[in-house]
Amino acid sequence: MGSFFQVAWAVAGRQTYKYFTNPAFLAPALFPLFFFVAFAGGLTRVGDIPGFNYAAGYIAFQYVWALLQAVTMGGAFTGFSIASDFENGFARRLMLAASNRYGIILGYTLASIVRAFMTGALVTVLALVTGMPITGGFDFFGLIALAVLANIAATLFGAGIAMLLRTQQAGPVIRTPIFLVLFLAPVFVPLNLLTGWIETVARLNPFTAILDASRGFLAGDPQNVPQAFAISAALILILSFWAVFGLRQAEKAG
Amino acid sequence: MTGSSFLVQVVALARRSTVRTLRQPAVLISALLFPMMFFSINASGLDAASRLPGFPDAPYLDFAFAFPLVQASLFGAITAGSDLARDIENGFFDRLSLTPMRPAALLSGMLTGVVALGLIQGVVFLAFGLLMGVTISSGIPGMLVIVALTVLVALAFGGLGAMLAIRTGSVEAVESAFPLFFVAIFMSSINLPRNLIEQDWFRFIATVNPISYLVEGIRSLVITGWDAQALLLGFGCAAAIVVLAISGAAASMRTRVA
Repeated sequence: MGSFFQVAWAVAGRQTYKYFTNPAFLAPALFPLFFFVAFAGGLTRVGDIPGFNYAAGYIAFQYVWALLQAVTMGGAFTGFSIASDFENGFARRLMLAASNRYGIILGYTLASIVRAFMTGALVTVLALVTGMPITGGFDFFGLIALAVLANIAATLFGAGIAMLLRTQQAGPVIRTPIFLVLFLAPVFVPLNLLTGWIETVARLNPFTAILDASRGFLAGDPQNVPQAFAISAALILILSFWAVFGLRQAEKAG
Repeated sequence: MTGSSFLVQVVALARRSTVRTLRQPAVLISALLFPMMFFSINASGLDAASRLPGFPDAPYLDFAFAFPLVQASLFGAITAGSDLARDIENGFFDRLSLTPMRPAALLSGMLTGVVALGLIQGVVFLAFGLLMGVTISSGIPGMLVIVALTVLVALAFGGLGAMLAIRTGSVEAVESAFPLFFVAIFMSSINLPRNLIEQDWFRFIATVNPISYLVEGIRSLVITGWDAQALLLGFGCAAAIVVLAISGAAASMRTRVA
C-alpha cells in the first residue's frame, strides 16, 4: 500500500511541476472564461424570462456552468498530458519503474485537482470582478466539493482514453464527449424552461443534477444535494474501473 | 504571362485546395457537424428567450439560423489558412516560387477552395435548417441570397486566414487564432438582438463588431423578409473585410516572395 501512495505522490509532483512550468498552464481556463464572458455578458436579459427563478441572478447562473466547465476541461487536459507522456516514451518508463501502477492513476488525478483549483480560481475571480454575488455563504463549499468531484470524474475518463489509445490524436475523443455532456445540460435557462428534445436529453444527463445542485449551493438554496453527490460518486466509481481498464490495456501493449 | 495561363494556374491550385479538403474527412465532418450541433443545442437551449419582450416575432430556431453559417465560415478559414501555412512550412511554397507560377495564383487558388467549401456549407446548412423547421421569410430568392452572403463571409474569413498564414508561415499560429475568431463571433448579436443586450459594454462591442452585421444580414432574410438596410450593412461589411483581408494577404505575399 505504501508503494501505491509513493508512486501517486511522485507522479502528482512531476505533473504539478510540469503544469506550473508550462507557459500555457492556464489554457484550459480560456474557453470557460470566454464562454462566461459571452453568456453572462450577452445574455443577462435571459434572466428576465417568465419562470426564470434563480435568486442569485444570471451572472451567478452562468458562473456555475463556467466553473464546472473549467474543472472538467482541466480533467480533459490531464488526459492530453497522459497521452503526450505515452507518445514521448515517458509513460512506458514510468510503468516499468512503478512498483504499484495503480498509483499512476491516483497521481495524475491529484495533479488534475491542483490544475482544477487554478483554473477554477481564475473563473471565480473574473465572476467576482464582474459583480457576481455569493448569497450561499458556507454552502459555497458544497459547490467546491461538487466541482472537485466533477474534475476527478473527467480526469478518470480522460485517463482511461489516453491509456487506451496512447496517442495525442486521442484529444478529440476525450474532449468531444465532455463538451457534449456540458452543453446538453441546462446551460442558458433552468431545466423547467427547457422544451423539446433538449429537455429530454438534459433530464437524462447525469451532469444536470450536479449543475442544479451546484447552482443551488451558490444561491443559498441547496437542492437535490444527495442525488448530485450520489451521481458524482457513481461516476467516479465507474470511471475508476474505466481508467484501470485503460491502464491494463497499456500494460498489455507493453 | 497571359491572363489565360494565370487562370489555368488558379484552377489547378483551386482544384488542389478543394481536393485536399475533401480528402480529409475529419476536416469536412468538423466543418459541417460542429456548426450543426451547436446550432441545434443553442436553438433549443435558448428557445425560451423568444418570450422576452422586444424579441422579434419569430421562433428562436429561425433567429439562431445565422449561427451555423457564420461559424462554418470560421472553420473553413482556419482550415484553409492552416493548409496554406503547411504549404509554407513544408517548402511547397518555396518550390512553387521557383516555377513560373505567380504568387497571386496561389492565393486565388486557395481562396477559390474556400469559396467552394463555403458554397457546400451554405447549401448543406440551408437544407438542414429547413429540415429542422426553419422558415425563410424571403422565400427561395432569399435562400439564394443567404448562400451568396455565406460564400462572401467565407471569403472574408478565408482572406483573414490567408493573411495570417502568409504573414506567420506557421500552422500553429493559424490554429491559435481560432479562439480569437470564436470570441469575435460570440461577442456579437449572434445570441440576442442588440436592443436586448443589457450590459452596456457588451452591447458596445456587439455594435462595433462587424460580425453582428453579417449575422443580422442573414437573419433579416430568415425572419423579416427583405430588409434593405440589414442587407446593405451585411454585404457591405463582408465586402469590406474581403477587400482588407485580401489586400493584406497580397501585401504579405509580396513580402514573403521578395
